[in-house]
Amino acid sequence: MHFTPPRFAAFAPPRGQDHAAVVIAGGGLVGLTAALDLARHGVRVVVLDDDDTVSTGSRAICFAKRTLEIYGRLGLGSRFLEKGVTWNQGRVFHGEREAYSFDLLPEEGHEYPAFVNLQQYYAEAWLVEACMATGRVELRWRNAVAGIENRADGARLSVTTPAGPYTLHADWLIAADGARSFIRRALGLAFEGQVFRDRFLIADVVMQAAFPTERWFWFDPPFHPGQSVLLHRQPDDVWRIDFQLGWDADPALEQQPERVRARVAQMLGSRGDDVPFELEWISIYTFRCRRMQRFRHGRTIFVGDAAHQVSPFGARGGNGGVQDADNLCWKLAAVLAGQAPDALLDSYDAERIPAADENILNSTRSTDFITPKSDAARAYRDAVLELAAAHAFARPVVNSGRLSRPYEGAGRPAPDAPLLRNGRPDWLLRHTGDGFTVVSNGVVPATGLPAITLGQDFEDHSGLAAARLGLGHGDAVLLRPDQHIAARIAAADAAGIAAAHRASLHAVA
Amino acid sequence: MTHLLTAPRLAEPDVLYAALMDAHRDLPPDESRKLDAKLVLLLANHIGELAPVLQAIALAKPPPRA
Repeated sequence: MHFTPPRFAAFAPPRGQDHAAVVIAGGGLVGLTAALDLARHGVRVVVLDDDDTVSTGSRAICFAKRTLEIYGRLGLGSRFLEKGVTWNQGRVFHGEREAYSFDLLPEEGHEYPAFVNLQQYYAEAWLVEACMATGRVELRWRNAVAGIENRADGARLSVTTPAGPYTLHADWLIAADGARSFIRRALGLAFEGQVFRDRFLIADVVMQAAFPTERWFWFDPPFHPGQSVLLHRQPDDVWRIDFQLGWDADPALEQQPERVRARVAQMLGSRGDDVPFELEWISIYTFRCRRMQRFRHGRTIFVGDAAHQVSPFGARGGNGGVQDADNLCWKLAAVLAGQAPDALLDSYDAERIPAADENILNSTRSTDFITPKSDAARAYRDAVLELAAAHAFARPVVNSGRLSRPYEGAGRPAPDAPLLRNGRPDWLLRHTGDGFTVVSNGVVPATGLPAITLGQDFEDHSGLAAARLGLGHGDAVLLRPDQHIAARIAAADAAGIAAAHRASLHAVA
Repeated sequence: MTHLLTAPRLAEPDVLYAALMDAHRDLPPDESRKLDAKLVLLLANHIGELAPVLQAIALAKPPPRA
């Protein structure tokens, strides 16, 4: 089965001036996730996208456990599990032998695996469907932001369409317009960081290959000497192969299909696996690790690649962006509903800037290992790889990407756990999120907030829910709408829970 | 936290020095460099604590230029 990209009709400009409470610039993975999340909180959203379809090419293919939990909360989790390719294992090779392997989810008792691989275009197509089903999202295809004035009362946008321009006033603007963000540049905001002098080739290859469903990474393989190669399986018999080319590679030459075919054939042939294959997508990229100094600029708030950019090793770009949306949307919805002061939105910066820094740090360290910048760096890298063959201590030093994990510095997301409900298997996280939820071990006084009472309506048959949440009998945790632990309340009483609830809505960074 | 010890501790420093010279003899520069890197990694793991290794890195760096 193959994906057929949808084509959406261009949105014709409204007459005169237009107004919207929330505008999202950019209908990519992160913009659409934010739109769906806000719509589920009851907020009407206008999405502006300069294209008329979903992602071209598979792009961000590795959806991490926390991102899958977010899509679970947004009602799309089962689609990712059914269509996507589940994996937990990574394997790293040096030359012809294995240097290191890792299991990213060594414990049972989670609804979602460490990773699901899925082409970004599927995720975007499902998000579009889900956004439309809410009746609260207006998707304006082929509407490009061509000018912005950031004002105290919102953003005044000049929008161009095939049928002419119009002006749109957004009370709030979410800039999800990618690494080359027009909005960021138009506002003259700095986007600084490290540039890496290396080039990589992505080939999406359709073939019936005999590789296992694992992430495979080679340093200096016989079929691509002196460079690295990364292999991932996607649905529909599509395989992502990422070849390191070096800084001196000629991008125009390397994109020629015949040249890419030769590289793939060499890789398969060196394994004695001469299956036929087709090329589905080719892309050459270089990358940077950088971020904006602040993500919130009054009523314009940046998310995803528009706000921060990382190398692809570690799958921290798309996942980081979805987690931005998860953090931001309930806060913006609470401010719009008058339940929280404007200052709650400063906590988006306070929580997501350190998260971006953690992603950049990990991504930079991986890149320093994969792309040594000096003779000394190469000597250390090769020393680690050679030692790893015989000595266990060197294996965890091998760095082919430290894969995306949620940031835990500002309250961690609640861990999932298996539960029984009326004797049937269920999951903790399925019953949390969107609003605040109290999870308690045994009955605690009611507060009016939705509550999960372990031992009453849900049986914690394995004990994992109480253990992972650290709940003794009579203790409770308050989970935010993004399923993060807002507070722990020992020997919970109604006043304590209510105080924690008030504090998390009035959090001032 | 263990501090890096810089007082003399080896009974036979000449044997250490000779072993290092022997290991590097006839190696091309890139192999020499890799050998030193392996030694650092092996010994750092043997020490098993980051603090004295970071102190050693600080001591080994060239002094800042005036």
